[in-house]
Amino acid sequence: MKDTDIKRLLYAHLLCIFSIILSIFIPSFFLENFSILETHLTWLCICSVFVTAVNLILYLVVKSNTSSKRSSLSYKVTRFLKCCIYLLLSCFSFHVVFVLYGAPLIELVLETFLLAVILSTFTTVPCLCLLGPNFKAWLRVFSRNGVTSIWENSLQITTISSFIGTWLGAFPIPLDWGRPWQEWPISCTLGATFGYVAGLVISPLWIYWNRKKLTYKSN
Amino acid sequence: MQKISVLLFLAWVSFLFYAGIALFTSGFLLTRLELNNHSSCQEPPGPVFLPWGSQGEPGACWMASRFPRLVLVVIDALRFDFAKPQFSHVSGEPPVSLPFLGKLSSLQRILESQPHHARLYQSKVDPPTTTMQRIKALTTGSLPTFVDAGSNFASYAIAEDNLIKQLTSTGRRVVFMGDETWNDLFPGAFSQAFFFPSFDVRDLHTVDSGILERLYPTMDSGEWDVLIIHFLGVDHCGHKHGPHHPEMAKKLSQMDQVIQGLVEHLENDTLLVVTGDHGMTTNGNHGGDSELENSAALFLYSPTALFPSAPPEEPEVIPQISLVPTLALLLGLPIPFGNIGEVIAEVFSEVEDSQPHFSALAQASALHLNAQQVSRFLHTYSAVAQDLQIKELHRLQNLFSKASADYQQLLQSPQGAEAALQTVITELQQFLRGVRAMCIESWARFSLVRMAGGAALLAATCFLCLLVSQWAASPGFSFHPLSIPMAWGLIGAIVCAGFLAATGLKLDLVVLGAMAAVGSLLPCLWKVWIGWGSKRPLAALLPMPEPVLLLLLIRFAGFFSDSFVIAEARAAPFLLVSLILLLVAQLHWEGKLLPPKLVTVPRFGFLTPTGPPRHNGLHTLGLGGGLLLCIRLAGLFHRCPEETPACSSSPWLSPLASMVGGRAKNLWYGACVGALVALLAAVRLWLRRYGNLKSPEPPVLFVRWGLPLMVLGTAAYWALASGADEAPPRLRALVAGASVMLPRAVAGLAASGLMLLLWRPVTVLVKASTGAPRTRTILTPFSGPPTSQADLDYVVPQIYRHMQEEFRGRLERTKSQGPLTVAAYQLGSVYSAAVVTALTFLAFPLLLLHAERISLVFLLLFLQSFLLLHLLAAGIPITTPGPFTVPWQAVSAWAFMATQTFYSTGHQPVFPAIHWHAAFVGVSEGPGFTWLSALLVGSNTFASHLLFAVGCPLLLLWPFLCESQGPRKRRQPPGNEAEATVRPEEEEEPLMEMRLRDAPHHFNAALLQLGLKYLFVLGIQILASALAASILRRHLMVWKVFAPKFIFEAMGFIVSSVGLCLGIALVMRVDGAVSSWFRQLVLSHQRAGEQSSLVYTGAGSSAREAQSYLLPSCSQELLRPLT
Repeated sequence: MKDTDIKRLLYAHLLCIFSIILSIFIPSFFLENFSILETHLTWLCICSVFVTAVNLILYLVVKSNTSSKRSSLSYKVTRFLKCCIYLLLSCFSFHVVFVLYGAPLIELVLETFLLAVILSTFTTVPCLCLLGPNFKAWLRVFSRNGVTSIWENSLQITTISSFIGTWLGAFPIPLDWGRPWQEWPISCTLGATFGYVAGLVISPLWIYWNRKKLTYKSN
Repeated sequence: MQKISVLLFLAWVSFLFYAGIALFTSGFLLTRLELNNHSSCQEPPGPVFLPWGSQGEPGACWMASRFPRLVLVVIDALRFDFAKPQFSHVSGEPPVSLPFLGKLSSLQRILESQPHHARLYQSKVDPPTTTMQRIKALTTGSLPTFVDAGSNFASYAIAEDNLIKQLTSTGRRVVFMGDETWNDLFPGAFSQAFFFPSFDVRDLHTVDSGILERLYPTMDSGEWDVLIIHFLGVDHCGHKHGPHHPEMAKKLSQMDQVIQGLVEHLENDTLLVVTGDHGMTTNGNHGGDSELENSAALFLYSPTALFPSAPPEEPEVIPQISLVPTLALLLGLPIPFGNIGEVIAEVFSEVEDSQPHFSALAQASALHLNAQQVSRFLHTYSAVAQDLQIKELHRLQNLFSKASADYQQLLQSPQGAEAALQTVITELQQFLRGVRAMCIESWARFSLVRMAGGAALLAATCFLCLLVSQWAASPGFSFHPLSIPMAWGLIGAIVCAGFLAATGLKLDLVVLGAMAAVGSLLPCLWKVWIGWGSKRPLAALLPMPEPVLLLLLIRFAGFFSDSFVIAEARAAPFLLVSLILLLVAQLHWEGKLLPPKLVTVPRFGFLTPTGPPRHNGLHTLGLGGGLLLCIRLAGLFHRCPEETPACSSSPWLSPLASMVGGRAKNLWYGACVGALVALLAAVRLWLRRYGNLKSPEPPVLFVRWGLPLMVLGTAAYWALASGADEAPPRLRALVAGASVMLPRAVAGLAASGLMLLLWRPVTVLVKASTGAPRTRTILTPFSGPPTSQADLDYVVPQIYRHMQEEFRGRLERTKSQGPLTVAAYQLGSVYSAAVVTALTFLAFPLLLLHAERISLVFLLLFLQSFLLLHLLAAGIPITTPGPFTVPWQAVSAWAFMATQTFYSTGHQPVFPAIHWHAAFVGVSEGPGFTWLSALLVGSNTFASHLLFAVGCPLLLLWPFLCESQGPRKRRQPPGNEAEATVRPEEEEEPLMEMRLRDAPHHFNAALLQLGLKYLFVLGIQILASALAASILRRHLMVWKVFAPKFIFEAMGFIVSSVGLCLGIALVMRVDGAVSSWFRQLVLSHQRAGEQSSLVYTGAGSSAREAQSYLLPSCSQELLRPLT
């Protein structure tokens, strides 16, 4: 592990943060009355598209050195389809978890599902980009001593911090402050976004500080 | 001895908590000094200045009597909008047709036809809006305090000065008919009285028809001066059906007829007052201070003209207690001494005199008398008690003297201007309103010292729980240091009490208890601190792992926000779900969740799980998922707090009797009975799985035959209760009798089951057999000479084994009997079987106290605790020789689940949400409120606390129980067959709960640890609610949210701690019984003189096959009596 790796990681993360910031400001040029709180669902869609796009670009740039066997078209297509299925599955399972957590079952289905989508964007999409549609590898990364590179380590941190952000986002809901962002699921989506951004910021720094202690068996 | 000291220690810690709670409560809950002074005719409240010489008139007291006779009609829970006239002048809008609107049309007619004779007011009621407090307020004119809120149905005589007392002392004949509460408040005050029981809220008609039978004869007889009538039907209808039910329309129409009839019977010298004592919420309850509960109707009518002007478009809003001085002065009585109400000025106008000046003067004189009386009261009160604010008091006194001086001046110059008169009236009114505001403000009096002391005691006890529970988990734990300081503290307290009693000082029980608690707590803390090792870091004490600590902290912090207290019904499941997901994630993180083949890293071998996963990973995932589903389903049964208007309560919480549709009702009834049967089947299945259903012991027989009877009884009771209104009239008595007897029978069955369980708690099936059946090995046929080494390896041991068996068989035959082997089934689950059986016995009577559909929640409760225990057991390693630990996440999850179930059984921590109907289950027409009713209502409210506390030992037992599913498949290494016959594969059959018995010291320590950890988790909740109530004591929501929450937490804590001690005592009883069972077994075999070996069999599906193994501990047990 070299400092250049950490630098690359940092730049990639900065790009992700930048994409989220862009998703806040760019649509207001094209759409009338755009604001995060009032047209929240629109923002959710745009944000998840932006973040997915940046992740895909990063994937193509960073992981361009694939072997020739894996570059065949049919392989790529099946892989892509698999990724899509995984993403959909993760959206649905997040939705189920939200409902089990107490989200309304029948009302506000679209809102709940979009929350699941944005959370999937912050967690499943990077997993897919980095690890591919390989569930075993995912399980490995999210268990003790399972990470094998700084990329996986940062993936672990950002994913967990996104979850924690979403979880913390649920706390203001019962408060009687009467703010517009206390509506379901705005506080949770904002929490997820803040959690994701925090994870993006923290993980390169944490890895940098602990670079002496971290020994990955692979690289 | 250890057992007793564990129980004593737990009881003592509970006592410490109680002492803290009591100390805090005595400082926190409002107190108001009740003065015993009385007003009298001879002593006017101040110098008399009456505008004209009315002093000399006969019958005049402070003021000339305007009406010699009064009819006061109290219609319980007559909300203002029930009586509000419905104007149909808005042509465009369709008329709103709600069952309670516009039914009192006679009021409207009177108001329209005789505008100078009648007036409707919206009377503003002070909280608490419970009937007894309201009657107190309506007769004394003061502000009954919060503490009384709980004693609504167990009322006591009023000691303060009141209207009834003034009436009787001036010789008026007061006749009363209606609510029995008045008898408790004014015993013997009425010249004639017809009381009717008030507590049976299901009964809409008895009180009202009883009154109506006697009303007109009594009225026409003329043998009364004041007639007080208290109707209860409207209130009961609200409690039973809510205001939106058609029954309410009928009830209000009946009341309308009553008013109509009264007006017709009224003579010219009589005043008619119709008032509601409080309102009701949208679901028909009352007790709090919401807008709907606070507004009651007040209607005045006199056959002679009373009011100078026509009524305003929108009725005026006046405080409820204004009625007291108004009635007193109108009837020519002294105003009750402690009254702080303000007279309704307009009724004192002189109607005949068309001159407005005289009208205003009459009003001013009434107000001035009123102000004099209030000022006298303030003066007396502030001399006795110091709780009124000095500054405000001075300001008010100055205001009064100024107003009084102005008034005198005005009287001396009778031609005073209109404007001056109005100023005086305004000043007097300002004074009266100021006094009222000040009293409301400062009768929330707190004793900060006691509050702080109570909170500190609670905190210190929590710390003690933490310290001792962590200490008990360490290997070097001993019980000795616990008992000595405890005893010393108690002795000290007793000596102190004796000293105080001897010296004749006033003994305060609360303070004494707190002193005893502190006196015993401090030495104990010191001892434990030394014993635990003060050098260790404090952080080691905290509940670990960190996420659990975080969740507990969040729970703690949630008590400080009124929003979170209100939303606790959703917050508690949220935390529980988080904890469960955390458990699953943690299992995965440590590699215990999924089988290694799924997780293996292809290239590197470093990821080897610490041990083989005890369960199939998907199984655990399924447990977690099922648990979450159960919690979500239970969340569907939830009752909304009043503060969230957008939320709608689950319709499933109401009893089936209130359902209208027949088909839906039947379906629901079927579902409820299905839930009962499922509960029964689940418990029996569980017992059978662990083999506990085979024993011929009485408790087991009871489970097999008594439980179905209980189910049957419950189902029959529900059928009767839900269809009681539809029963044909001639069967009414039978149905009523049966619906009283059935719950009693079920409760009796449950009690006898519990007794049986306590009497013979060991549910073990013993089978004596000669020769261990297991050792007879099956020879696989093998023919021909062995050809390979493998064949040889196979055949030779077979031959060896066969020969050995032959040999042994011959040996056995030489003796008269073979070595006796005793196979004892289900010893492995003997503790948990007892606890589960006890829980089932407890659950059924508790179930009866709830509405029918809550049975589904009870089923979910059992299901989810079962799943949770399994999930927890998957993560808890068994440390075989001990010390055993119960992890914090288990205890926290258990406590969260208790809270969640409290809400999902349709409760809320506020008084109006208490299920009062529970007091009538199995109770025939009783004499009002008794201890039995309190017990029934209490066990309805705290059912979940009780069940979870009694079931708490399962947290310790379950991992051992789950052991049986574990390494069953591990094969004995081949080759040492000879050894195996001597001691056949003792590791293979799990010892399960017998492991606990093998280490009694650690077992007791673990029980102590478990109890203390649970008490700690509950203790921080009560500490948090106490702190929240004290820190936020001037918060807007303190009486609405924080104080009721504290009271409910405190009651819940008391129930939980008692349940916990009972549960642990039950486990210890089983332990003792198991010991004596072993001893008996050994004795009987010694007598037989046999060389016997005790064989223990595990439970489960293999129980029938009777696999028998030696139990090493039992062989030790065999030796013990010999040495």
